[in-house]
Parts: sequence; structure tokens; C-alpha cells
Amino acid sequence: MSALQNLAAVSGSIGSVGYGLAAIGPGIGVGIVFGNGTQALARQPEAAGLIRQNQILGFAFCEALALIGIVMPFVYGVK
Amino acid sequence: MQKELAVSADQMLAFETDCHLFDGCGFSTVSPGLHSFVFKPIANVGGVEINKTMLLALLGTVAIVWFFWAAFNKPKIVPGKLQMIGEAGYDFIRRGIVYETIGKKEGEKYVPFMVSLFFFIWVMNLWSVIPLAQFPVTSIIAYPMGLAAIVYITWVSLTFKRHGFVGAFKNFTGYDKSLGPVLPMSMTIEFFSNLLVRPFTHAVRLFANMFAGHLLIVMFTVASWYMLNGIGIAYAGVSFLMTIAMTAFELFIQAVQAYVFVLLASSYIQGALAESH
Repeated sequence: MSALQNLAAVSGSIGSVGYGLAAIGPGIGVGIVFGNGTQALARQPEAAGLIRQNQILGFAFCEALALIGIVMPFVYGVK
Repeated sequence: MQKELAVSADQMLAFETDCHLFDGCGFSTVSPGLHSFVFKPIANVGGVEINKTMLLALLGTVAIVWFFWAAFNKPKIVPGKLQMIGEAGYDFIRRGIVYETIGKKEGEKYVPFMVSLFFFIWVMNLWSVIPLAQFPVTSIIAYPMGLAAIVYITWVSLTFKRHGFVGAFKNFTGYDKSLGPVLPMSMTIEFFSNLLVRPFTHAVRLFANMFAGHLLIVMFTVASWYMLNGIGIAYAGVSFLMTIAMTAFELFIQAVQAYVFVLLASSYIQGALAESH
């Protein structure tokens, strides 16, 4: 029983592990935002200003989630 | 008036530890953490303790007020240099953000609010890269929280004023008869998403960006200093290059976060003023 507990235990900074997991989704999200934005820019270069605005907006929304992941370990107290 | 702090008093202002170059102290004694954001008070003005962040906020506000006063005090038809810069900044928010989201007619009375928000947030962010200060004021949660609270109260009260009580409820829940059977679920989700999550993410987006950015820059700076002790100058040099890269990235992020904060504030106000379907 105690060997199993030792095997499954996560010691050290679980906050860092939490952030690592939290960064998966936004990483994909930011890639989608800028990828589609670049494609739209290639199809219609005269809409550059509009596309860039929406790209920045989408990036900020995605990044917010990743950054909440950085901040949460500090909220719950750092050992 | 001893306040309970989350860190011990000897950990504030970490550069005051007596760990000097080539002393060989461990990284854990100097590594950045929550304590990098707590400052000892430097002055006591009539019972109110002033610390570094309050001083920076005050200086930033004075700078903004001075700039706009000097730019628009005696406006001329052919603008001088300061007036041109002031007009460019004002116009950027007015045409680029407020007219795009709220529209020309309704948006005009919200332009001063948005301009003040943008420049206040941007200058508070900029303190992160200005030498001698090097601390982003908006990484103290109180500042973004206060600003987001002001925006929240503005658009919620606008919704009630424009649509009345029932109309405001429909606005908050995104009531749309054509949705049919998913309506209860969508109304619940929209209600919580609009009324509870919006102010939280609005504030935390700005706060977390500045918090993380400051931690990154401090981490690389302390690491390059620390590695001079141990491993050698090549690694310290690489870490210092990363500090420079992070500072450049921070410059970009500061402007973007101020822009996004104001864009979202305008968008929420537009949602409040929107005609019901």
C-alpha cells in the first residue's frame, strides 16, 4: 500500500505541473487564431487592418486562460 | 497597525538580502516569487503608508494629466508637436476602438472614459520597463480589479437604464426565442458568463499578463546574476539575452493588454446599449 502511494505521489511544485497542463489548450488556441488569420490575410490583403484587430482580440482571449494558469499556484499559496 | 502579510518581513525587496556576487548562496534565497510583489513602505503621509507602487501610480497619473493638459490647453488649428501627439492618441481610441464597437452617435460620450482607461493602463504597465522603477503597477491585483469594477458598474447600470428590469434580464441571458429547447441551458450559461465571469476575466487578464511578465523578467535577471557565481559567464550571458528578449516582448504585451482592456470595455458597453432582437 505504501509502495503504491510512493509510486503515485507527486512531490515538489504541483503548481508548475498545473500550469503545464493549463498551457495546452491556449497553445492550440493561439495557433488556430493566428493560423486562420494568416490564411484570411493571404486571401484578402486589403482587409489587413480588420484581420489584425480580430487576431489581437482572439489572442488576448486565449492568452488569458493560460495566464490564469500561471497565477493560480500563487493564489493557493506557495510552499 | 501590523498587517498580516503572506510573506515574512525579511523577504520583501529581495535585493536587500546580504547575498553578494560570488558569495555562493543558493538560488532559493534570491529566486523571485510572491515576495517580489510586496514592498515595505517608504514614507508615511498623515497616517497613510506610501510604498513604491503607490508612488509609481501617483507619478504616472501626474504624467498623464500633465501631458494631456499641455497638449490641449491652447489648441490651435495648425497643431504644434505636443498637440499633434495628443490628437493622435485620442483619435486612435476614438476612431479605432469606440467608433468601431459602439458606433459614431452613441459612442461619443464614452470616448473620454476609454481614452483615460487606455492611457492610465498603458502608463501603469510601462513602469515595468522604466529604469529605477521596473515594477508594473497593474500587477497589483487592486488596480485592474478597480478598473474592471468601474467598467462593470457602468455597463450593468446602462443595461438597466436602457432596457428596464425585464429587458435587462433578457439582455444578460441572451434571450432568443428561436433557440427553442436549448433556451434554459443557454440562458443559465449566458447569465453566469456575462454577470460573473466577465468582470473576473476582464481584470485577471490584465493582472496575470503583467504579473507573469514581471516574474519572467525578474527570473532571467536574477538567473544571469546568479549564474555568474556558479557556472560561468557564457550561461549568464545567454540568460541576460533572454532578459532583453523578454523586455522587448513585454513592451509589446503592455500595449496590447491596454488595447484589449479598452476594446472589451467598449464591447461590453455596446452590448448594454444594443437593441433587443
